[in-house]
Amino acid sequence: MHKENLVLIGNGMAGVRTLEELLKLAPDHYNITVFGEEPYGNYNRIMLSPVLASEKTIEQIMLNGEQWYIDNGITLHKGKKVEQINRARREVIATDGTVAHYDRLIIATGSVPFMLPLPGADKAGVIGFRDIKDVDTMLDTASQYKHAVVIGGGLLGLEAANGLMKQGMNVTVVHLLDTLMERQLDKPAAAMLQKSLAERGMIFLMEHSTAEIIGGERVTAVRFKNGTEIPADLVVMAVGIKPNTELGKSAGLYCERGIVVSDTMQTITDPKIYAIGECVQHRGIAYGLVAPLFEQAKVAANHLAKHGIARYVGTVTSTKLKVTGIELFSAGDFTGNDQTEDIVFKDAASGTYKKIVLQDNQVKGAVLYGDTVDGSWYFQLMKDGTDVSAFRDTLLFGQHHLGDSGHNPDTRVASLPDNAEICGCNGVCKGDIVKAITEKKLFTLDEVRAHTKASASCGSCTGLVESLLAHTVGGDYSATPKTKPLCKCTDYTHDDIRHGIIQHSLKTMPAVREHFEWKTPDGCPSCRNALNYYLLCAYPTEYVDDAQSRYINERAHGNIQKDGSYSVVPRMFGGMCTSDQLRAIADVADKYQVPTMKVTGGQRIDMFGIKKEQLPAMWKDLSAAGFVSGHAYGKAMRTVKTCVGSEWCRFGTQDSTGLGVKLEELTWGSWMPHKFKLAVSGCPRNCAEATIKDIGVVCVDSGYELHIGGNGGIKVRVTDLLCKVATEEEVLEYTGAFCQFYREDAHYLERTAPWIERVGLEKVKTAILSDAANRKALYERFLISQQPAQIDPWKARADGAEAAEFTPIMIEA
Amino acid sequence: MSKWIEVVELNNIPVLGSRLIKTRDTDIAVFRGSDDQVYAIRDACPHKGGPLSQGIMHGSTVTCPLHNWKIDLGSGNALAPDHGCGNVFAVKVEGGKVFLQL
Ligand SMILES: Cc1cc2nc3c(=O)[nH]c(=O)nc-3n(C[C@H](O)[C@H](O)[C@H](O)COP(=O)(O)OP(=O)(O)OC[C@H]3O[C@@H](n4cnc5c(N)ncnc54)[C@H](O)[C@@H]3O)c2cc1C
Ligand code: SF4
Ligand code: SF4
Ligand code: FES
Repeated sequence: MHKENLVLIGNGMAGVRTLEELLKLAPDHYNITVFGEEPYGNYNRIMLSPVLASEKTIEQIMLNGEQWYIDNGITLHKGKKVEQINRARREVIATDGTVAHYDRLIIATGSVPFMLPLPGADKAGVIGFRDIKDVDTMLDTASQYKHAVVIGGGLLGLEAANGLMKQGMNVTVVHLLDTLMERQLDKPAAAMLQKSLAERGMIFLMEHSTAEIIGGERVTAVRFKNGTEIPADLVVMAVGIKPNTELGKSAGLYCERGIVVSDTMQTITDPKIYAIGECVQHRGIAYGLVAPLFEQAKVAANHLAKHGIARYVGTVTSTKLKVTGIELFSAGDFTGNDQTEDIVFKDAASGTYKKIVLQDNQVKGAVLYGDTVDGSWYFQLMKDGTDVSAFRDTLLFGQHHLGDSGHNPDTRVASLPDNAEICGCNGVCKGDIVKAITEKKLFTLDEVRAHTKASASCGSCTGLVESLLAHTVGGDYSATPKTKPLCKCTDYTHDDIRHGIIQHSLKTMPAVREHFEWKTPDGCPSCRNALNYYLLCAYPTEYVDDAQSRYINERAHGNIQKDGSYSVVPRMFGGMCTSDQLRAIADVADKYQVPTMKVTGGQRIDMFGIKKEQLPAMWKDLSAAGFVSGHAYGKAMRTVKTCVGSEWCRFGTQDSTGLGVKLEELTWGSWMPHKFKLAVSGCPRNCAEATIKDIGVVCVDSGYELHIGGNGGIKVRVTDLLCKVATEEEVLEYTGAFCQFYREDAHYLERTAPWIERVGLEKVKTAILSDAANRKALYERFLISQQPAQIDPWKARADGAEAAEFTPIMIEA
Repeated sequence: MSKWIEVVELNNIPVLGSRLIKTRDTDIAVFRGSDDQVYAIRDACPHKGGPLSQGIMHGSTVTCPLHNWKIDLGSGNALAPDHGCGNVFAVKVEGGKVFLQL
């Protein structure tokens, strides 16, 4: 068969993707020749930001190395720029004189950074952010100079600024408007983003307009319209891109903003010439993200393979920011208008913001900051135009909140439907990924990337793909190392540090800080508290607790309230109490003139408005009446909620109250990575709400169901069923083992629900169910750690411990 | 005229911790760093008046227990991105005793 000649100009993301798709459909149809101006194979341009931030190397972002071209019989002219297309002779001519004849031609020349036409913009050190060369320039500058200025507070500018900061430069971001990323974010989300970037050290000059770039040969400063000036050794312009239509125009193809193409990606001037990617304008739109370009590539390949059935009709896009540790998602119309309604959730303390814009009960847009797990779901609802009136009330809680009453052994990703899009860049759905994992027996993230392309482009969905892997293959899954450091004081992760503490017998905070090369002398509130807990967990009988490394609630053994007063919660085991105990509490309340009393959700009595100085005396009285601290203030085991069970209830199958008391006697006082609650219900009617607790026991006729990982907080999560056991002794053993496994494995401040979603239910089941010896060992360790923990902190303080903490100094002045 | 007043022995302030000093008009938090440097600041966060004495100290900064603002104890200024300033007091240590200028 005679092969036609296909020539591709532009060895970038859209062009080469077209070839990949074409080779799948029609591997022998064409002799293919590729011209690329850059001297490399085909690389993942969107990963340049992680390269700049030293999170990836150039080798790691190569998509198709030179071997790929050889394997597929493609002639690659790298480092050769095409300067002319002769449409009459059907030839392209490169600057070095190379000529190639084509039957069909693809133009995929991408775009060029828009450079502000400022005086001085041609000086050395003024660059855009587009290719490997720019990244090299930035890395090189960072090794010699100090001050970087990034003009433009959009997606690209912030990624550049973040990377330069990671290279040790002082970075100032200059933005014309008063909010960042105004095309993707509304004001509250932009403010949260700015705040967390500022906390990392990024400097912002908002509402500043650049007037001139100053210097000799090389830039030395930037001057603004308001007359101020700041020093600059490097200026990165990230104010926008423009489609690279130079070649198309010179070949006489009709161009507006980009080269104009039809729904089959053929140029409207010459059907032998296709154009795709950022150099293109389709139905009036020029795209600047890869998801639409990949769709275009599919259509062009389909047409080139002479199937001719695909049409490109445009893409709705969504955006994520690739700055490690910052979760941000935006799609559609997030500003809204008279006809739309907003549903908004904002929790500044946890750094979470969600806004959904609705019109006629359909999602029109969304902005998520801090927690973006549900981004793909909202995006899907938006694209499908789903009527959300049925679950409007719970829309903000996310998809997993829908319809999971009863036992839900799966986690959040697992509860997504098969058609939920996981990887936005490549349009890969959950079903495709799960199928590939099971059918092709995939075990690693790289394998999933290779087979499905999911997470192979911008990588924002990596977390979701990893949890799918964890859920589909369970314990065998070898996670790629997470590189998120514990906090700004160190480069090591929670897991590194926890393992290091045991492996190297590090027994004090200074020892840990020295071993892991801490960057601050005494740490910060994040790492101090975490280390204190990790050491306590590792060496329960040896480690001396550091009061100054605890939040005030734990240091003062009470909850600090908004006016600086405290609240006091005595422990009532299993919620049981006697009339004497109630009287004692009432007497204490009278004596200390407690302004407010309340029964808590965990069946305890809370006394509010206590002055800190009063605490020890009040504790002394409570302790005399037989009470110990309820730990309602601590990252600790708090309550065991119970129902009445077989003792009184006509449905009760077991003594749920008695079991609750036993469980509380077993676990009270233990420090945990986060707050921790239990409940026991006497029958599946579940009056104690056991299926939203960290551990819930549901009694049934034949024994006890153990549930784990539930959460009734901001994000409600129903427990996973761990197992069923026959006796109370087993309940106690399994509970102790679970507590200890969580204590030893989770990150500090990670509740059981996100922990299980991160590590996978399989891992927990393996540790506790499959290996009886391991379970017994965990239980043993739990019991040992409980001996020193079950000392009532109240009594100790009432007897004079830490008196200084509670005694103000009065002076006459 | 303001004068120096002895308030507490250095050893009675926990390292990286604080003591609360109550005067007739105001509450003052006195902090001791890991280098024994001492700082004094009015016990009210510039944000919503949170009791800074109850916060966690690190370096020469305290994190407010109510909403996590970070306050530089030397100057009283809130660290970026927050804005605000708490009252700091002159403080010195002589012979193991802490003096405040009031
Ligand atoms: C730092 C950075 C981060 C990004 N992050 C994201 C992201 O997170 N998500 C996202 O969706 N998108 C992101 N993008 C955008 C994405 O990279 C582009 O949309 C995509 O690369 C465009 O593909 P393309 O093939 O059209 O152009 P390109 O990938 O730019 O390829 C064009 C190629 O053509 C070559 N060329 C041009 N003219 C000629 C000629 N005359 N002869 C020969 N060769 C020529 C160029 O050298 C270039 O290699 C990012 C872009 C950058 C720069
Ligand atoms: S859970 Fe069952 S046993 Fe317990 S109170 Fe409710 S109905 Fe009765
Ligand atoms: S739910 Fe908890 S945190 Fe929220 S206001 Fe009530 S007591 Fe406070
Ligand atoms: S009162 Fe201090 S941070 Fe809010």
